[in-house]
Amino acid sequence: MTYHVVEDPIKKVAIFGGTHGNELTGVFLVKHWLENGAEIQRTGLEVKPFITNPRAVKKCTRYIDCDLNRVFDHGNLGKKLSEDLPYEVRRAQEINHLFGPKDSEDSYDIIFDLHNTTSNMGCTLILEDSRNDFLIQMFHYIKTSLAPLPCYIYLIEHPSLKYATTRSIAKYPVGIEVGPQPQGVLRADILDQMRKMIKYALDFIHNFNEGKEFPPCAIEVYKIMEKVDYPRNENGEIAAIIHPNLQDQDWKPLRPEDPVFLTLDGKTIPLGGDCTVYPTFVNEAAYYEKKEAFAKTTILTLKAKSIRSSLH
Amino acid sequence: MCSRPEPREPLRHVAVIGGTHGNEMSGVYLAQYWLQAPGELQRPSFSAVPVLANPAATAACRRYVDCDLNRAFTSAFLTARVHPDDPYEAFDFVLDLHNTTASMGTCLIAESAHNIFAMHLCRHKLQSPELPCQVFLYQLPGEESYSVNSMAKSGLGLELGPQPQGVLWADLLVRMRALVATALDFIQLFNQGTAFPAFEMEAYRKVSSVDFPRTEAGDLAGNVHPQLQDQDFEPLRPGAPIFRMFSGKDMLYEGESTVYPVFINEAAYYEKDIAFLQTEKLMFSVPALPMLAP
Repeated sequence: MTYHVVEDPIKKVAIFGGTHGNELTGVFLVKHWLENGAEIQRTGLEVKPFITNPRAVKKCTRYIDCDLNRVFDHGNLGKKLSEDLPYEVRRAQEINHLFGPKDSEDSYDIIFDLHNTTSNMGCTLILEDSRNDFLIQMFHYIKTSLAPLPCYIYLIEHPSLKYATTRSIAKYPVGIEVGPQPQGVLRADILDQMRKMIKYALDFIHNFNEGKEFPPCAIEVYKIMEKVDYPRNENGEIAAIIHPNLQDQDWKPLRPEDPVFLTLDGKTIPLGGDCTVYPTFVNEAAYYEKKEAFAKTTILTLKAKSIRSSLH
Repeated sequence: MCSRPEPREPLRHVAVIGGTHGNEMSGVYLAQYWLQAPGELQRPSFSAVPVLANPAATAACRRYVDCDLNRAFTSAFLTARVHPDDPYEAFDFVLDLHNTTASMGTCLIAESAHNIFAMHLCRHKLQSPELPCQVFLYQLPGEESYSVNSMAKSGLGLELGPQPQGVLWADLLVRMRALVATALDFIQLFNQGTAFPAFEMEAYRKVSSVDFPRTEAGDLAGNVHPQLQDQDFEPLRPGAPIFRMFSGKDMLYEGESTVYPVFINEAAYYEKDIAFLQTEKLMFSVPALPMLAP
């Protein structure tokens, strides 16, 4: 017995850059597409490139008052507009007005949000919902198209960690994270990789809208378990740094006895616990203030049913 | 250009400065550590003082708060202040610890080959096979010195990369710590009466800077070409690609002679309109550093 999920065709897509103003690949791809968008247009589809945090982009800083990528919850989006609100909360309300409202029929179908990391994560797609057949199919298509270049899928579904991301106002939110790239720097290799990810994503949507049927598929994903902070002294200062054996080892198996931190006295601190995990966001610059040295993940396989567009 | 005579007295007052740029983390973290555990900076003839140069920028993990501290130390700036309160004047020698996002490896930065003591210190480090490094001379002929270490009677910058801003990598930290130890050992040798003979040394001297290609509005129109990225200190020959435009076209190096680019794609230099610096590779004759009079 085959069982199709029939979905409406995709009409409105947005590509966000500059949600963090010092992650330059998305900033410059979006600026380029605003000038010359031929490469992101597909027949019958509205694709809108958009700079989400222009003030942070201008200053080449992650944010002005607070992280824009953590304020798209109904609490912040519903706050009464006032000058006292952090810039990013006011901006989030504007973005929600333009591309949302979140959880409504009028919101954009898909938002791609372009990010960079200082971690060695390669091409990473971020999934927020493990039961989303459409996005699992899309990620499967992007991963297959990028091969042999690896593409990792990070599932951030978690009972207590809630992100309230900028892209979460769309029906299908897609995070695109490419690294390693320092903040405030543009690398040609990283730019090429991100550009390809967007190309294949738009090709997938185009094929779907044209009536192509995508057979059932399965993808391997890395699901977040927990975040791990740096060891700290009594003043809250970092007392140890990422061990050289762990640096750049994102997505690689990390066993309980493997070293994770090194102190300036030369002491090595192992992972501990009793299971192998897969670390990611290892030594991300922006996460020092979030008290996250790396995140532990576990590998799962997600299956998607066959999908096709309802027009055909 | 003023040539610096070799010191006649032992160097008693030595500073090791981290955090001149608050997001260059190796120096920040080492300085913070040494402030709590200064024993590592002690030698029989002196005790080097750890300094966290820009605590406000360090707290914010930013390069600077109002303007670039490493470009502010010109005499015009200092005399313009009502109370020129310079923290480094009292030092005989200053080591200034920096990181770069460029693939500079281990780079020692002196203002010019006329700084004889610094050149001998570079030579001493270059002789240590486990720490391969390059020497970069940043002063153009006639240019006034403007770095933090220019305020001391002599000084040397340590520039380690690549490392993103706001990040600590253990291997760079270990390397910077070893370099500082070697430098302090050299000063100890000098203070205890060691003479150092004249020598010849290869170094890279700044020629000019090159900006990114830009649109009419001043925005970037391209980025560093993949063939130039991470090629610091490698020869750049006429006709080689240097930028890739967002349109896909390549831009070529049109100079007439081979140069040696450094600080390629350094994050902090975008706002200074610098994509990379061009240097020339030269051989310098450095005179002997005579033994201190007992």
